[in-house]
Amino acid sequence: MLKKRIIPCLDIRDGRTVKGVNFVDIRDAGDAVELAKRYVREGADELVFLDITATVERRKTLTELVTRVAQEINIPFTVGGGIHSLDDARAIIQAGADKVSLNSAAVKRPELITEIAGQFGSQCVVLAIDTHYENNEWIVYTHGGKTPTDLRTVDWAKEGEHRGAGEILLTSMNNDGTKDGFAIDITAAVSEAVRIPVIASGGAGTVAHFSEVFTQTKASAALAASIFHFGEISIPTLKDYLKTQNIPIR
Amino acid sequence: MIAIIKYNAGNITSVKNAVERLGYECQVTDDMDAILSAGKVIFPGVGEAKSAMNHLESKGLDKIIPSLVQPTLGVCLGLQLMCRHSEEGDRKCLGIFDAKVKKFPATDIVPHMGWNNLEVGVNPLFNGFGEDDTVYFVHGYYAEICPQTIARCDYVLPFSAAMQRDNFYATQFHPEKSGDVGEKILKNFLDLSR
Repeated sequence: MLKKRIIPCLDIRDGRTVKGVNFVDIRDAGDAVELAKRYVREGADELVFLDITATVERRKTLTELVTRVAQEINIPFTVGGGIHSLDDARAIIQAGADKVSLNSAAVKRPELITEIAGQFGSQCVVLAIDTHYENNEWIVYTHGGKTPTDLRTVDWAKEGEHRGAGEILLTSMNNDGTKDGFAIDITAAVSEAVRIPVIASGGAGTVAHFSEVFTQTKASAALAASIFHFGEISIPTLKDYLKTQNIPIR
Repeated sequence: MIAIIKYNAGNITSVKNAVERLGYECQVTDDMDAILSAGKVIFPGVGEAKSAMNHLESKGLDKIIPSLVQPTLGVCLGLQLMCRHSEEGDRKCLGIFDAKVKKFPATDIVPHMGWNNLEVGVNPLFNGFGEDDTVYFVHGYYAEICPQTIARCDYVLPFSAAMQRDNFYATQFHPEKSGDVGEKILKNFLDLSR
């Protein structure tokens, strides 16, 4: 039986891991490859590296990190942050990443999804959507949650699928950093609306939150950063709990 | 020396890294002599069947691959291209395995992406494979069950997760991305005697 995936996210700046709380306040906390290896040992099903480097040297630094990660990690990993072109995606994929995630660049130029999928296959393209609930609607934001768009989340997810995305990484900005649980309603709505896997993200605080998102939505995977990063929940503890809840877990 | 066949498909770096992690030397190449003289050959790939087959033809590799006599392992798209025909681009493939490759019906999430169990037969590739072990898949097309099927997986319907005929082995899943379980399968292949 296909297992639900548990995905730790590592926020990366200048090749090291950091964590933003509510997309602002950033703390440095360690070597990215070492942390990644620790997660693999603990039973992570996949990893996501989200690069938030803002310097001109970013691509070189990130490509070097991806090369090191690919040499040392034996599970799939996705790299996102600052992928604006087919060339950016190619550099990351050729360095050994299994998937790239697109966010602002896909909103700005949706053809980019199709271009990367056409070259490397849909399975390589994760459409990352930052969503915010306001005025009774879930709206898509870009630029690390700073810029609202006029896109409705479900519509954008469907368009992304149509254009060739292989997976949706859905982050609720309202929930991110709160530790109050995932945004069940929008995760359910998006995972009902598309036929590609949806990764739920934002708000995980307890093991029960993971169980909720897997039983109340069709999410294929759940992602979290800080609770794993600061050791509040260990991956083995989480997986043992989910097994007791009869959720298919590796 | 282990030859990893270079062609216009993704995921070749991952396979090379995995082989090197296990302590074996390998070479990514599309040179016919290097492939023919290799002790083992790996035919990896992530991509689209028709364009991959067209590329193999343009390099003459469509003739070389079926003629190999050393242990040869197809991975993911490699497995599909080793079948008779693929619905992806309605393309005749290499015909090493007597199966057709079909698109998953849209009754569940496609691609089949993530970790899944296998039902394995007795085969050196799966020495030490445990009942609860899982491997990582990502594919939108599948190979039918056929006489060369050595492991099955069930997603929407039962399909070939691994196949073997003579010196040809293939896995639909990615051993190079399947953690310690995958490394064991890859090592089983690399340790096969000729």
